[in-house]
Amino acid sequence: MASPTSDAPSLLTVADACLVLSQRLCEWVALAPTLEEDVALANVALDILGQARGLLSHLGDEDELARRDAGEFRNPLICELPNGDFGRTMLRQLFVDAWLAEVWAALAVTAAFPDVRGVAETAVNENAYHLRHSSQWVIRLGDGTEESHDRMAAALEYLWPYRGEIADGAWYGRVGPILETATLVMPPRDAFVHRSSADGWHTEHLGYLLAEMQCLARAHPGAAW
Amino acid sequence: MTEGRGAWPLWEVFIRSRNGLHHQHVGSVHAVDAQMALANGRDVYTRRGEGVSIWVVRSNDLVASDPCDKDALFEPALDKIYRHPTFYEVPDGVANL
Repeated sequence: MASPTSDAPSLLTVADACLVLSQRLCEWVALAPTLEEDVALANVALDILGQARGLLSHLGDEDELARRDAGEFRNPLICELPNGDFGRTMLRQLFVDAWLAEVWAALAVTAAFPDVRGVAETAVNENAYHLRHSSQWVIRLGDGTEESHDRMAAALEYLWPYRGEIADGAWYGRVGPILETATLVMPPRDAFVHRSSADGWHTEHLGYLLAEMQCLARAHPGAAW
Repeated sequence: MTEGRGAWPLWEVFIRSRNGLHHQHVGSVHAVDAQMALANGRDVYTRRGEGVSIWVVRSNDLVASDPCDKDALFEPALDKIYRHPTFYEVPDGVANL
């Protein structure tokens, strides 16, 4: 994996990626282009929230960890970017799904703790479906109307610099053929990449996302219903 | 966008449950093509483990009987009790029929 300190992403990186991305996907609820897609995106968001909770529970108290400040999150930057239009959401989802496919497959086998392996085994099946869903949309929108193609090309240009923390040989191997089928021109592999979030550096977007996610828990600690 | 969405065909969704032998009609979805119809059917109709197999058929391809023909098609069968296996008495001494 493309992380500055080691080959595999840390469990916290994976957990935070899932938590932040789930929160982003929830923003589509009641706003998706069709009813079926609304349910689909909510399903994906719930799946990856479950994956986040599984890992966070292993790392500590999941509620406490969910209340960290932005500087303590270790998700790849691409997860916290705004959704943009549906096309950009699906392309970002494809990029993250392709990364998680490798991550979960590796954790299911090599993770030291059985509960982490359990989370990974469930996640492998969920991720297989997510990857299929986002690939299908990227292909249909890329190889679609002139407008959808232009929007996908714009999304690709916007997201490409954020691949640094998730792209490696296997990732390009998954993403490349899908972009090609979608008639989208893949930018060069050595094009500019943003720095990583390894030391807690994030874009300006994460603060707002966390404020919305955490405000209730922070205003009423220990609330239950 | 609305014109495009209005052109999406309607598909009827059939699910076979884990313990079932046949697919049952559960509802319909809009989708651009067959692959998306399968995906949408899975997302909308199998959230609670309802099934292990999905069939989708374009609604236009379904041929249904006309409700006006209901009497001609189905009434005659109601008073033919000899078509039911329970109508026949198995004689004593017959082990297997």
